[in-house]
Amino acid sequence: MEPVVTSGARIGDRPRPKKNYLNETKGIWSWMTTVDHKRIGIMYLVGTLIAFLLGGIFALLVRLTLLTPAHKLFGLQVTAETYNRFFTLHGAIMVFLFIIPSIPGSLTNFVLPLMLGAKDVAFPKLNLASFYLWIVGAVMAIASMIIGAVDTGWTFYTPYSTTTSGTVTLMTAAVFVLGFSSIFTGLNFIATVHKLRAPGMGWFDMPLFVWGMYSTAVIQVLATPVLGITLVLLMLERVFQIGIFDSRIGGDPVLFQHFFWFYSHPAVYIMILPGMAIISELIPTFSRKTIFGYRAIAYSSISLALVSFIVWGHHMFVAGQSQLATVVFSALTFLVAIPSGVKVFNWLCTMYQGNISLETPMLYAISFLMLFAIGGLTGIFLGTLSTDVHLTDTYFVVAHFHYVMMGSTVTAFIGGLYYWWPKMTGRMYSEKWGRVTAVIWFIGFNATFLPQFILGSRGMPRRYYNYLDQFQPLHAFSTVGSWIIGLSLFMSAAVLLASLRKPADAPDNPWGGTTLEWETSSPPITHNFEDQPVLEHEPYDYRPKAVTH
Amino acid sequence: MSNHTESHSQQPESHAHHGGPKIYTANLFALLFLTIITVAAASFNFGSANVVIALAIATVKATLVGLFFMHLIWDKPVNSIIAIAGFLFLGIFLMFDFLDVTSRNNFPPRNMPNMENATPAPDSMNPLKTPAPRPLEPAPAKAEEHK
Amino acid sequence: MSTTTTDVHSHGGHDEHGEHNPYHQHHFTTMEQQFDTSKLGMWLFIVTEILLFGGLFVGFGLMQHRYPGEFIEAHEHLKQDVFGSAFPLYGAINTIVLLISSWTMVMGVNAAQTNQQKKTVRYLVVTILLACVFLCIKYVEYAHKFHDGLLPGIFYAHQSEDLIKGTHGYATFFAFYFMMTGLHGIHVLVGIGLLSWLVMRARRGDFTSEYYTPVDLVGLYWHVVDMIWIYLFPLYYLIS
Repeated sequence: MEPVVTSGARIGDRPRPKKNYLNETKGIWSWMTTVDHKRIGIMYLVGTLIAFLLGGIFALLVRLTLLTPAHKLFGLQVTAETYNRFFTLHGAIMVFLFIIPSIPGSLTNFVLPLMLGAKDVAFPKLNLASFYLWIVGAVMAIASMIIGAVDTGWTFYTPYSTTTSGTVTLMTAAVFVLGFSSIFTGLNFIATVHKLRAPGMGWFDMPLFVWGMYSTAVIQVLATPVLGITLVLLMLERVFQIGIFDSRIGGDPVLFQHFFWFYSHPAVYIMILPGMAIISELIPTFSRKTIFGYRAIAYSSISLALVSFIVWGHHMFVAGQSQLATVVFSALTFLVAIPSGVKVFNWLCTMYQGNISLETPMLYAISFLMLFAIGGLTGIFLGTLSTDVHLTDTYFVVAHFHYVMMGSTVTAFIGGLYYWWPKMTGRMYSEKWGRVTAVIWFIGFNATFLPQFILGSRGMPRRYYNYLDQFQPLHAFSTVGSWIIGLSLFMSAAVLLASLRKPADAPDNPWGGTTLEWETSSPPITHNFEDQPVLEHEPYDYRPKAVTH
Repeated sequence: MSNHTESHSQQPESHAHHGGPKIYTANLFALLFLTIITVAAASFNFGSANVVIALAIATVKATLVGLFFMHLIWDKPVNSIIAIAGFLFLGIFLMFDFLDVTSRNNFPPRNMPNMENATPAPDSMNPLKTPAPRPLEPAPAKAEEHK
Repeated sequence: MSTTTTDVHSHGGHDEHGEHNPYHQHHFTTMEQQFDTSKLGMWLFIVTEILLFGGLFVGFGLMQHRYPGEFIEAHEHLKQDVFGSAFPLYGAINTIVLLISSWTMVMGVNAAQTNQQKKTVRYLVVTILLACVFLCIKYVEYAHKFHDGLLPGIFYAHQSEDLIKGTHGYATFFAFYFMMTGLHGIHVLVGIGLLSWLVMRARRGDFTSEYYTPVDLVGLYWHVVDMIWIYLFPLYYLIS
């Protein structure tokens, strides 16, 4: 048994073990039947990135269609129906197949047990089942696009979704299956965090990433079942006309929105909390400084999860909800700003007087801070009743949630991918080109979505196929921005994939991180640690070696 | 496995077991008694309180099942917290939905004009008298205006 | 202060006494940790069940608020004529059957905890039989509804004057009735499957006071099925 590298060291001094989780067993079957959380994480990563590519292609098609008011796509006329399918598939794939499962399924699956010093997640077989459910859901979702068409938007609002033809039922069933995949992932993480922490690791010794993912898992377990039953009701309404959502047969369409947003508003936090969780790791590591306000960040994660359940009505301010409910939901919505603000200020205070090194993950983290600030603050405009009546269903909303979901969560996801890539693959990528992708990403993102704030406040409605000629310059600007985003993502793919061609060269702890995942080899052995690690210092202890013993 | 012998008494062994047949049986009778009460209560008309009484008795029954049959009273508190959280969030869902549907007609806009004295809107603006959704291009109407 | 490693707790699969239980998974240090984790996972699953059914309960409540009169008229059709007065006979019997099955289940768990393997099998078999009784009564009840055309949505075909076809509310009531009792019935079916699996394993002698996790977890599941019925019964059969 060797003494473990002291926190802060940049290079591991142990010889690399010959066997690791990647090469211990070989063959496709050993991957298909694996219960190793690291392999399942890698499979989730590949799967969700393919979904990201697919959703991204639809996003580019949406933007390209809107480039001019003539609706030409490579010289072909795009009909309004086709356009509706484009944005529906973009939304549905990105939300249900990419953002919700991506960070929990891939990065967290890989990192969370390592951070806790555990050998695996609590229920390894359930973890694999969750991945296969994701596959089944993805196949069903893609089948529904090939067989027919879904043009309801990802929200499946009634009464349109109960009356339109097309394969809405199949798509709904797909989302139902994906929901159970998400529940199993969340259930697994909660049990893992409760029961599989390393000896000596109390609740407030856990890395903040774990706190963030724990909060996410709480939402996954509590909210997703309601989505499941909502979708069952929607399917039954379509097939048997049971009379709950369709007003022609005595139902209440607003009720669908209540049911849908009771899940889908917390689901927004299933998307953003993992992003915040990653940022809470990146900032102290690359500032070489103990996190500021550890407990405040931990509590703010939990309180965000709880507050997310009492604000869903702000999606329905003009949908026919009662005025009393509207006022109550608007007032409650402002509560969200408190934990979000607590987090941002604590991250900034962590960076203050830190020894900041601008490596690729940190550049993404800083992008996150700026983009999340814009996304979060515009959310306050939308939570305010009087401004929301003007801005509802305009591009302002589109820009707002893209700043939060894409500008924040996807930025954090890419940052986290760069951060843990050496641990996952044992290889360092080109730092120079990594930084270039981060800069291009930031430029492209703002070029795409800042104009949409202006479009929205001037009255450009979302999901519309037609627009007035005066909006054309801003639409064109936004479309060009989407190409820059695409360029950055393809470069990131190239930078990361190129590193796989090299022999394994990553040190155990390339960034000087202090959490437990950096104390095993890169890539880790199958059972994660040679010996059970025992935690003896608080998290994010960046004091120099001499001060520690 | 043959090395485990059947025994008909509680074994004082390392794994401490709580509960036991007596408590379970008493719990069963309590539940049956409450079932009779709830059926009996439903035959009286307490107005809207009937629902409240029925749900209250059901909640007492569910609590008894949870505490004794599901061992929550002897378990680690985390399991109780999880169970209560489930009901709590269901309660949140129910509460806000009812807040909406029970108050839909409470607050008419304050500056709404007195409709009795108001001049009626032209038929073209009345959705009830306009048969179909208006097409995007009001071509024939425009042509007439230009005359 | 730095992180050190220790091998006190290492080599999973064996607890401190060096005994190896065949059901001990490698990533848990002790059997107790494994049991607690399984139980925690089961409770989390139960919460998802509560919220899944809860969505239907909320939908039922809101629709009842929308059509109060229709729902009360429709629910009279769930009652039977007992000695000249309307009484929810099938619902009441099923409530009692499920409560007793909950008791046999918990007695089965208790028997497994105390190494009484034959008793465990007996209690589990009785639980299965009671579940079957529940489903038989449910079948009779459903058959009446099918015969009267009291069916959800497009299948609603009731002919008599009191519940006129085409009036909103009636078909919705029976839609919820079939959805909720149907989903509950599916859970009973799954429960029968799980209990049969337990009987098979219990006969094989798998369960001891050291390892009875599956009996305990299926027990929890079975009590949830009972608990849901405890709410279904007054809401459907007794509301006036």
